[in-house]
Amino acid sequence: MSVLTKQTRGAATLAVPGGKPRRARLKRKNQRSGYLFLLPWFIGMLFTIIPFFASLYLAFTDYNLFTEPNFVGLANFQAMFEDPRLLQSLKVTFIYTFVSVPISLAAALLIALVLNRGLQALPIYRSVYYLPSLLGGSVAIVMLWRYIFGNDGIVNGFLGLLGIQGPAWVTDPQFALSTLIVLNVWTFGSPMVIFLAGLRQVPAMYYEAASIDGASRWRQFRSITLPLISPIIFFNLIMQLIGSFQTFTQGYVMSGGTGGPADSTLFYNLYLYQKGFTEFEMGYASAMAWLLLMIIAIFTAINFIASKFWVFYDN
Amino acid sequence: MALLELPLKKKQKKETPAEDVLTGTTGTRFSRHLILCLVGLVMLYPLMWLISSSFKPSNDIFRQLGLWPENWDFSNYAQGWTVLNQPFHVYLINSIIVVVFSIVGNIFSCSLAAYAFARMEFTGRKLFFALMLGTLMLPGHVLLVPQYIIFSQLGWLDTYLPLIVPHFMGTHAFFIFLMVQFMKALPKELDDAAQIDGCGPFRTFLRVILPLCVPAMATTAIFTFISSWNEFFGPLLYIQNQDLYTVPLALRAFMDSEGQSMWGPMFAMSVVSIAPIIGFFIAGQKYLINGIATTGLK
Repeated sequence: MSVLTKQTRGAATLAVPGGKPRRARLKRKNQRSGYLFLLPWFIGMLFTIIPFFASLYLAFTDYNLFTEPNFVGLANFQAMFEDPRLLQSLKVTFIYTFVSVPISLAAALLIALVLNRGLQALPIYRSVYYLPSLLGGSVAIVMLWRYIFGNDGIVNGFLGLLGIQGPAWVTDPQFALSTLIVLNVWTFGSPMVIFLAGLRQVPAMYYEAASIDGASRWRQFRSITLPLISPIIFFNLIMQLIGSFQTFTQGYVMSGGTGGPADSTLFYNLYLYQKGFTEFEMGYASAMAWLLLMIIAIFTAINFIASKFWVFYDN
Repeated sequence: MALLELPLKKKQKKETPAEDVLTGTTGTRFSRHLILCLVGLVMLYPLMWLISSSFKPSNDIFRQLGLWPENWDFSNYAQGWTVLNQPFHVYLINSIIVVVFSIVGNIFSCSLAAYAFARMEFTGRKLFFALMLGTLMLPGHVLLVPQYIIFSQLGWLDTYLPLIVPHFMGTHAFFIFLMVQFMKALPKELDDAAQIDGCGPFRTFLRVILPLCVPAMATTAIFTFISSWNEFFGPLLYIQNQDLYTVPLALRAFMDSEGQSMWGPMFAMSVVSIAPIIGFFIAGQKYLINGIATTGLK
């Protein structure tokens, strides 16, 4: 946090003739207008902070939208650990995250490295690879995915050309989730653009010095590139993890809102939506939201701790 | 949180890095291009297939892997446009209403907040800034149930207000962060000079800083456009009335009426729904790429 908040100190303490009283008045005026500028944001924070604590309270109640909430202690949390669908939704979300995030980050880094080798057509390639990440969350594309992976879809069509009988990707619980993993990997363009920006910050002279010393390409990558872009890998990792844990649209559209077949695409947030807004167990849904918040917080904390061992900060 | 600061200290003018000299023989260059083209082709294939399928008769769609339609059929567009409850332009207009207000709201609230955070001194600024960064990582579903209750108490269900009003209150902290980064890079002397010339903070903001922030505002506008245009969860939650459906909800309705004969029209309307995104992408590439490189937005 420290780096971010370290900013233009003393913006108001310019040398104004007239000395202290004037400066103090200026500062007071600046104070007031500072809050005025933030006024919309303050109102927005009310709409964040109040619901934040309200949902914490509701997590310990049996609220159902129609009757007054009753305090039930930890009952929701106990129920969660005995709820097979909840455990299934955690499993789906974890598999999705821990398979697709590493693959898409690896693809993003690999392509960024190749692109960074000074190709003339860089902007074109970059655009082509980036475009899918703008579309990956749209209903049109998730629906398209359903048909691409359908029984007679183009994936099975191409597999057929190779003489392979493709499975029923969308309707077979064994394969349904993998189609969404492919969809997530398809959107590797946005971490790739961030990687590219980072690679451009690595001074070329490091590589020149290293090649004069006879370091191989691989050695240069290991000893120069990787440490210098490790903060960016870290950034991408955190953002991708947080994003994947919250996947909703893909599961909803792919399964028509059910999370099927056999709950194989029942993402955590999809189940939360079903509980809260089709079964109206809003106390339970709030408890689920808090469990997810804790899971995300724990993973982020683990990442921050682990980052001490592999992320290299220049300053 | 230091990591958020990192990428891209300044924009680089040259598109090809200095390493150009080291890039090896024509042979490796060629194979690199070949691999990149192949991967690119695989990535774009689904989109091209979607577009070509929208011009094929429904019966042909799954019989042909190829991209060039053997029998051109434009009726998919006409049929898709009219087959739902309302003609498709109603949904397009609904989406445009939501998107335009979202963009205006984000630019309004985020630029004001960013100016305060980036260029003003007041008590509690650091605390508020940290709070703002905290909300960046807060999963939205934590606030979902109470916000839904509030919006329904206000009588805002089946209106666009739950989708629009939060934008006017700076709840999309990413854009505040983006503009803070941008404004901090502007020389401090600008404010000083404006102040000496007798500008108050509002005039300084409006006349001096804001005109210089056009690139950051463009980035905000494009990203807001794309995320609001794609937004599915909010409309799903708050809009029940089919006449008020936004484009993603309308598309979803195609799946309820699933049947082979609907594939063509469905693909046609899918193309209509993603065309504006591709259009904005082509028009605003520069801002998108710079924006994503400075903040890591998706």
